Amino acid sequence: MNKVLGQLKFYRKEAVLAPLFKLLEATFELFVPLVMAAIVDNGIATGNKAYILKQGLLLIFLGVIGLCASLTAQFFAAKAAVGVATRLRHEMFSHIQSFSFTDIDRIGTSTLITRITSDINQVQNGVNMVLRLLLRSPFIVGGACIMALLIDVKASLIFLIIIPALTIVVCVIMKITIPLYKKVQMRLDELTGNTRENVAGVRVIRAFNNEQIQVNEFDANNEALSSIQVFVGKISGLMNPLTYLIVNAGIAVLIYKGALYIDSGRLTQGQVIALINYMSQILVELIKLANLIVTVTKAVACANRVEEVFNVTTDDLPDRANIKETTDNPDEFKVKESENDDKYIEFENVCLTYEGSSDEALSDISFSVKKGQTVGIIGGTGCGKTSLVHLIPGFYKATKGTVRIGGVDVKQWNMEKLREKVGIVMQKAVLFSGTIKENLLWGSDDNTDRQLWEWLDISQSKEFVEGKNGQLEASVNAGGKNFSGGQRQRLTIARALARKPQILILDDSSSALDYATDAKLRTQINALENMTVFIVSQRTSSISNADMIIVLDDGKIAGIGKHEELLDTCPLYKEIHMTQVSDIG
Amino acid sequence: MNNSKIKSKKESNKELKNNTIKSVLHLIGKHKIHAALSLLFALLTVAFTLYVPILTGKSIDYMIEGDTDWKNIKKIIITIAVLVVLTIILQWIMNVINTKMTYAVVKDIRAKAIRKLQNVPLSYLDTQTQGDLVSRVIADVDQFADGLLLGFAQFFTGVMTIIGTLLFMISINIKITLVVVLVTPLSFFVASFISKKTYSMFTKATLKRGEQTGFIDEMIGNLKVVKAYTHEDEAIKQFDKLNDDLAKYSLKALFYSSLTNPSTRFVNGLVYAGVGVFGAILIVTTGGVGLTVGQLSSFLSYANQYTKPFNEISSVITELQNAIACAQRIFEFLEAPEIEKDLPDAITLSEAKGDVTFDDVSFSYLPEQRLIEHFNLDVKAGSRIAIVGPTGCGKTTLINLLMRFYDPVEGRILIDGHENNHITMQSLRHSFGMVLQETWLKNATVRENIAMGKPDATDEEIIAAAKAAHSHSFIKRLPKGYDTLIGEELGGLSQGQKQLLSITRVMLCLPPMLILDEATSSIDTITERRIQKAFLKLMEGRTSFVVAHRLSTIKESDVILVMKDGNVIEQGSHDELIVQKGFYYNLYNSQFN
Repeated sequence: MNKVLGQLKFYRKEAVLAPLFKLLEATFELFVPLVMAAIVDNGIATGNKAYILKQGLLLIFLGVIGLCASLTAQFFAAKAAVGVATRLRHEMFSHIQSFSFTDIDRIGTSTLITRITSDINQVQNGVNMVLRLLLRSPFIVGGACIMALLIDVKASLIFLIIIPALTIVVCVIMKITIPLYKKVQMRLDELTGNTRENVAGVRVIRAFNNEQIQVNEFDANNEALSSIQVFVGKISGLMNPLTYLIVNAGIAVLIYKGALYIDSGRLTQGQVIALINYMSQILVELIKLANLIVTVTKAVACANRVEEVFNVTTDDLPDRANIKETTDNPDEFKVKESENDDKYIEFENVCLTYEGSSDEALSDISFSVKKGQTVGIIGGTGCGKTSLVHLIPGFYKATKGTVRIGGVDVKQWNMEKLREKVGIVMQKAVLFSGTIKENLLWGSDDNTDRQLWEWLDISQSKEFVEGKNGQLEASVNAGGKNFSGGQRQRLTIARALARKPQILILDDSSSALDYATDAKLRTQINALENMTVFIVSQRTSSISNADMIIVLDDGKIAGIGKHEELLDTCPLYKEIHMTQVSDIG
Repeated sequence: MNNSKIKSKKESNKELKNNTIKSVLHLIGKHKIHAALSLLFALLTVAFTLYVPILTGKSIDYMIEGDTDWKNIKKIIITIAVLVVLTIILQWIMNVINTKMTYAVVKDIRAKAIRKLQNVPLSYLDTQTQGDLVSRVIADVDQFADGLLLGFAQFFTGVMTIIGTLLFMISINIKITLVVVLVTPLSFFVASFISKKTYSMFTKATLKRGEQTGFIDEMIGNLKVVKAYTHEDEAIKQFDKLNDDLAKYSLKALFYSSLTNPSTRFVNGLVYAGVGVFGAILIVTTGGVGLTVGQLSSFLSYANQYTKPFNEISSVITELQNAIACAQRIFEFLEAPEIEKDLPDAITLSEAKGDVTFDDVSFSYLPEQRLIEHFNLDVKAGSRIAIVGPTGCGKTTLINLLMRFYDPVEGRILIDGHENNHITMQSLRHSFGMVLQETWLKNATVRENIAMGKPDATDEEIIAAAKAAHSHSFIKRLPKGYDTLIGEELGGLSQGQKQLLSITRVMLCLPPMLILDEATSSIDTITERRIQKAFLKLMEGRTSFVVAHRLSTIKESDVILVMKDGNVIEQGSHDELIVQKGFYYNLYNSQFN
């Protein structure tokens, strides 16, 4: 809640004025029954028409002032609520941008998206309602009670019983139903997942004739949801009847007492009317208050979910102790980098254990790469190939050992500086909505159109981009859905090249390409000078020309060397190679 | 001409709406008695509730200093007590009936929807987005229930309250009632003015919000790429621009929408003042004959609550409109055409031999787009057919046709000499084992996922299948082994492991025919080679269709179909095709250069 309330500080004026004007309006509203009592007791009793008209004008006047006060309050409340939500969205989006890969893995992107969209919306609603109603409703309830006591203490004692009784009823019902509503939401989420599963898996479900099983599962969830909804409905349906009962019991008592006191001349008719009036006002406000509490509980739950995101402290920054080295003395790198061309990239006894996992994804990896070399990485599914290359741009930090780029520990690098050096093509080819050109410029803004065409040429995308309407300006849908998998892969390669990187990482990025295209792509990339290239692949043919090949097996190095050497020394490599070559015959 | 077009569109829209309402009524029809009871109880509740202020007013007239009519006051208090107790009982029963009815209808619709989902043709599903379908079944149904059923109850109560109030007021005094009625249009005017303003602002805000959500989806959904390209600052800049725009529209939308309550409260205040002043003057001028103080107090009670039902009705009306739109979307789906039922003479394919014939088959997804034309193929039982070709060449289409996910536009497909639409769908699909490139696992345990094709499989059978598919060793290492829950989105499993599980599924069923669509594309070559051996054993004596782009895996096939742009351009064994030196020859050689 701290972060959320903290944003309210920027709207202190609005946050104070909104409830204040609301109270003003409420105060005017509380006077209305008194004025009416005066009309009855003084105006009617004495037959004074002028007095009646005067009091009538007073009523209208109270209404107009009330309206003005309330409009002012609504405006300030809306301004504060929208302002808080806008600031929160900005803060959260910026905060999320600073997350490390480990944070992203742990939290998951879909929940982040819900929190920055619908949760913050709920917070906006909550802030708005709280500013408008949280003070007003109790104020009117309490105020009505005080006004009644002012009219006559003895006649109004019933208020002191009714109000706690109403409060108890409302609280008990809400206490029971709010957790139940959470359960309803959980059940509904389950059903949603169920439905999504049925749409996504329709081919497999039908292929295995599993339709009936799926329907049965859905029915069970559907039934469970429905029955809990009915149960909640029955309980929350008690609220209106019970409050109605209590208030009318109060009115019955008022009638009796009123009759008693009027009979003895202690009260006037107008005063009794006013008392009954106050009683009805309390009912209306309490129901509003109950609705408000529902909104506020929702908003608080959402605010807590929002807060959780802010509580994530990210490690995607260089170690605090070493920050000086990177920021104060940037020249130091250049010296080190040029001196260490032979050990441009160095892994020293590197181990990596992902958060929440007990096994090491990489164990004891040591090797060094000269500047400009091409490195191939090969191994079975899940052997740690991707994990290894993700250590280079510091996506993950080694849990043991050291990764050095240009002689400097990755943990000490300024991440932005480090990543500017690296162009990485990930397994999943992601494009963003916009144009082809905009996507390529993600690599680096300082590319001319001519250069962009060059990258497209190298990545074997020139041909199909030329065929597109608008060419470089051709539009790309979200996720690149209007391109085939192979085209997307090639465009992401072009994007990496447009970064003009010193280190290029291709993580199994030609899996959707046919052999001919893949071969052409590799030849052209080999021709690029001064670039240290990592190629992750499952085919030995893709990496056989590399200066160095690292063979991984279950997170450990099974062999390092050139293609020919490995065929002699590394049985695993030989097996991989033979499985692919023996078929060729 | 344009005009008539618009008109006809409007008419068809109206017709759609009418149809929707008919469908809704049909759904409620099941609960006719409950619906009638609910309406009756609503009517009684309203009447009783409105009668209480009259009683209260009367009681005030009996209160006179020194001359109070105790007998009547006691009678009134007892009547109020009885009415209130009756009211709360009726109200609660009505609430329960409404809740039960609403959720029963919701449950019904969802149950229908899920059944529909299993029965619509894939040609329908493939043109829908997943999100849209899910929101029809979940969000739309909810909105429909809230708006149409609960909303209708509110609407009905609101209208009854207005009519009842007017009737009760007229019964007391027509002149003062006129005062109230004259102010009514003002209340309508204010409400409609505000809702118009609010609506247009909300539309704008919603549009912006949608734009921003799209942006968030992309940038946070692909945060890893954003970070890899140090695009964070740029993203924040673009986000802030959208955020500021949204703030502008949201503020207006929120402010306008919050005008409703104060404004109607003000109108209510006017009504109240009007009734008070005119009533008081009437009492004074007629000397209490035209109106008594007690009656005035009844009037004031009504006046106090007078705009409330108007408010409710106007908010319910927008909800009702939304609900009808939602209902339209739901029924559109529920009334979508279904796949044809098995023909009455359909045979059950129990032990298929595996002869497959494509007889002059033509097919296309869109009528104007030609795909497969006059395709002929004769596959002897037990042979291996490989399908190769560039992406989008129609490889997957053949699978769609074999599994009857789609039916040919022209021509026939024969299995063991029977036209495949004369075979029961269930037995046809049971005869095929399919592994797709896009693996799909359901939200269930590993065991349940493997046993999809054979729910009664024993543990031994499942483990044997897993061993054959080389998935046993990694399953063993999962936290709860075969009882580990996996989900479509939960992740945890690599693409390769998911593929291994889908292969295990097929290994368990041992169907007479196999379809492997890039079944091993995400599996490393060593494991792949082991699986290939298992597949080879599995394929012995079984007709199999294998799609692959690793040509090494298909060389030994009996027939290789080379497809391009929907057509089979070459057909023959590996050696024959190499000799032909055509497309296949080039494709094959390209992987070694």
